Amino acid sequence: MEDLKREGHDFASSDAGDMAGDAMMGNVRPALNLLVVLFGMWLLWSGHYTTQLIGFGLVSCLGVVLLCWRMGIVDREALPLDLTWRTLRYIPWLTLEVVKSNIDLAKRVLSPRLPISPQLVELQATQKTDLGRITFANSITLTPSTVTIEARRDGRFVVHALAHEIAQDLRNGEMDRRVSRLEKVEKPESAS
Amino acid sequence: MFAAAMVAILVSMAMLLVRAVKGPTVFDRILSVNSFGTKTVLLIAVLGFLAGRPAFLDLALVYALMNFISTIAVLKFTRFGSLAGERSLAGEHSRPTEPQAAET
Amino acid sequence: MAGALDVLSWACLLTGSFFALVSSLAMLRLPDFYSRVHGASITDTMGAGLILLGLVFQAGFSLVTVKLALVLMFLVITGPTASHALAKAAYRLGLEPVIGPEEEESPSQT
Repeated sequence: MEDLKREGHDFASSDAGDMAGDAMMGNVRPALNLLVVLFGMWLLWSGHYTTQLIGFGLVSCLGVVLLCWRMGIVDREALPLDLTWRTLRYIPWLTLEVVKSNIDLAKRVLSPRLPISPQLVELQATQKTDLGRITFANSITLTPSTVTIEARRDGRFVVHALAHEIAQDLRNGEMDRRVSRLEKVEKPESAS
Repeated sequence: MFAAAMVAILVSMAMLLVRAVKGPTVFDRILSVNSFGTKTVLLIAVLGFLAGRPAFLDLALVYALMNFISTIAVLKFTRFGSLAGERSLAGEHSRPTEPQAAET
Repeated sequence: MAGALDVLSWACLLTGSFFALVSSLAMLRLPDFYSRVHGASITDTMGAGLILLGLVFQAGFSLVTVKLALVLMFLVITGPTASHALAKAAYRLGLEPVIGPEEEESPSQT
């Protein structure tokens, strides 16, 4: 069961497109992954390791996986393990960006003149996969002073930005490029 | 020091309540309540440390999850007028990936 | 050593509380719904991050630290999702955002 988790990242090689066909078989591995992660979570949070409690935990995890299966939400997107190790290089940059943006926004709010000029920005995202676009949209929203209002499947985003400079930064598209690099199957070299 | 952080969080929560009462649109109110919930999570976490009972973190996590789900539920109720009615099951806007699946 | 950790933890807690206050202030001062979403996201990122980081410094390295990290992770994932859902619902229902002037926006309500 442990090495199923290791194999997680080779899901990246399969496209989003061919998921629909082998829905039933394709769902076995994500379901097992989900079970492992859920049970690990249970062990972590419970802190009591008696046979009875671990048994309860296993039964609950199985129940949850069964429910999710029946709802049809167990697929690659439910547990994007393939993103985790590449994401490790993206998170520090995003954190720094979020901190900078927070300080900027705090300055704007605290200044008596309230120097903002809200506007809508249309973007064309360059990500290939759904997961990439979701990551990009969530990164935009996570950064204060930009909020994704609409994220279409064709990559057209509508973003609300709080000021001209912020909108200009978005149009420069550095975050877009970084997220695109994130989803590449080949090893991204200059991710720092 | 924990007490100071708690006072700050409580004051900011009170300010959020003002926005929730005043908020011109229903979305302002939902946003306020959502943010209020996030601050409640922080408050519970800090309170756990103040009382020397870090087990409060379990409550904080549950509250974080409940807060998110309740926000989505209220939002869905605002949008569709019901939580699991016929129209919301059709999901015309709730899952935008479905109707346009043919594009990619 | 413990003293330095305490100072660091207090600094994080206080800065986090400050950002929580700023976030509420932003909710009160900003002119329309879409800009208030930005205000709310300060709490989700900076406020929660710093306060929980301060608590991590207090907790030392234990199961509590892992739990704090998990709480932060859930907040960071659910926060933007809720914000986006709200903004999108408002946009679909036809709530028009206030498009600001080049220079400044007079606070219409304080």
